[in-house]
Amino acid sequence: MAKQYRSVSGTVFDVSNYLFLGIVGLVSVLPFIYVIAGSFASDTELTKRAVFLIPEEFTVSAYRYIFSTDTILKSIWNSLYITVVGTVVNLLFTVTIAYSLSKRGLMGRNTVLNLIVFSMLFGGGLIPTYLVVRELHMLDTYWALIIPGAISAFNLIIVKNFFQELPQELEEAAKIDGCTELGLLWKIVLPLSMPVLATFTLFYAVGHWNNFFSALLYINDPSKWPLQVMLRQIVLLSQVAAGDAQTVDYNYVKEAEQSIKMAVIVVGTIPILLVYPFLQKHFAKGVLIGSVKG
Amino acid sequence: MKQAAAPNELNTEQTIRAVTGRRQSVLGRFRKDKWLYLLMAPGLLYFIIFKYVPMWGILLAFKNYQPFLGFWRSEWVGFEHFRVFFGNPEFFMLLRNTLLLSFYNLIFYFPTPIILALLLNEIRLSFYKRTIQTLIYVPHFISLVIVASLTYVFLTTQGGIVNELLQQHTGSKIDFLASPDWFRPMIIMQTIWKESGFGTIIFLAALAGVDVEQYEAAIMDGASRWRQTWHITLPSIRSTIVILLILRMGDVLDNGFEQIYLLLNPLNREVAEVFDTYVYMMGITQGAFSYSTAVGLFKAVVGVILVLGANWLAKRFGQSGIY
Repeated sequence: MAKQYRSVSGTVFDVSNYLFLGIVGLVSVLPFIYVIAGSFASDTELTKRAVFLIPEEFTVSAYRYIFSTDTILKSIWNSLYITVVGTVVNLLFTVTIAYSLSKRGLMGRNTVLNLIVFSMLFGGGLIPTYLVVRELHMLDTYWALIIPGAISAFNLIIVKNFFQELPQELEEAAKIDGCTELGLLWKIVLPLSMPVLATFTLFYAVGHWNNFFSALLYINDPSKWPLQVMLRQIVLLSQVAAGDAQTVDYNYVKEAEQSIKMAVIVVGTIPILLVYPFLQKHFAKGVLIGSVKG
Repeated sequence: MKQAAAPNELNTEQTIRAVTGRRQSVLGRFRKDKWLYLLMAPGLLYFIIFKYVPMWGILLAFKNYQPFLGFWRSEWVGFEHFRVFFGNPEFFMLLRNTLLLSFYNLIFYFPTPIILALLLNEIRLSFYKRTIQTLIYVPHFISLVIVASLTYVFLTTQGGIVNELLQQHTGSKIDFLASPDWFRPMIIMQTIWKESGFGTIIFLAALAGVDVEQYEAAIMDGASRWRQTWHITLPSIRSTIVILLILRMGDVLDNGFEQIYLLLNPLNREVAEVFDTYVYMMGITQGAFSYSTAVGLFKAVVGVILVLGANWLAKRFGQSGIY
């Protein structure tokens, strides 16, 4: 009797656990599905009934609006540019310093490592950093979104540790064959580090695409705003294409506001959802490398 | 990690000396590794310019910075800015808001990844488990602007789905976005939605390391699933929980600027303004550079004390600590 009771309660637990986690999984992505559906709905439908997953009359007018205004298109371009150039800079800066710091015998290595660890603990803070960027005349340039964040100390240490774990014999053999230090990095170390580099490429790229704070801080010129800042203007501050007031029919914008907001959210999310499958393949490992050795 | 590296380095150095019978000169070692130093240069320069020069800029907190006088010629005022800050009634508002948000995060957000990981761990169907994991990781990669935008689209009184439902069922709407009562719950729910799925990774990894034989033995002894969880699973991830908890302690004054700033408005400012947003507002939008540097310095110093204290605690708990 007791045994049967236990198995019944076990089954009840299993069924409810499967159901519960299924709901949790759905809740994680349902907002996107809803917003995607909403972005294809007409605004009349959105005001008529807010709850649906398939729009009754399918329309792409919100997207047509987005891609007809220069302001939003320009911000998408800005984000793409910053993401691509920024990620290249990140990798270049991170890999070069990580590689030299991975050499155990290097004179001064410990001093530099200590400097880096200390900079993770304590920083000058927002205003002094802002003033440095200003003094370097980077305000209102794309560089302000790229250079001040060129290296994440945390990522650097993980990459350094990874390089350090590579078999020493390989490097020695290559050196005996006359390989230079640069050749060693390019031909031996980098190819062997592809998994970890792929992880950080994606992490850095996602960071650039999602970055809002730096742009808020350093970019005043709306034509240089990345999409995240534009998104905030449109959705949260409801300043729909203020710069375009003369060129577009403002009444139309007012009418379609809710669906345009949803469409902009979708546009801001799509790149992430596109790289997510690649990201997902790598990050579990990458995150664990970080937590174990970081 | 540093402790582990140091002995090795000593050995290399000793080996070199033992083999060559002499210590290489500083210049010789520098010349030998010139390519490495060249590779190191850009990164090192980065840390000096963007991390160490700003540290030196902290001196601004003790000056009265005037843009037309510049950094050097602005007059020293000692602790004047700190005195003004601690005497300001806003100080207590900021402290209260900052601490309350951290506290609620600890109570409501911290346990969720643990519970989710435990529940996921009970799933035997590996396909189902992987699917759920894939889905719950997604929000972590979405920007906070998108999260705030989703919050807005769902909660706005102008056609937001939540308010439309409220209207249908209760006949009235709630202006979540402008209400001081709803600010903290919104922030906590955002964090739970965005991060608790991703937070399971580390606990699932810890759970994967649990010895299967322990469960087999427990089943032989007639332990129920609940008993197995209580006596085997939980104790085996206890050290992970403790270290993450302690790490969070170090971040008590960091509420995350973007998330708060995006939901902050004049109507909920009384509960929403925290140290981070205050530094931004006073410094960047109002140009009080010296004053906000002082506020930032206060925050940074308390932060360092908390991190080091947390690390000390971690070591007391028999963990390896972070530094």
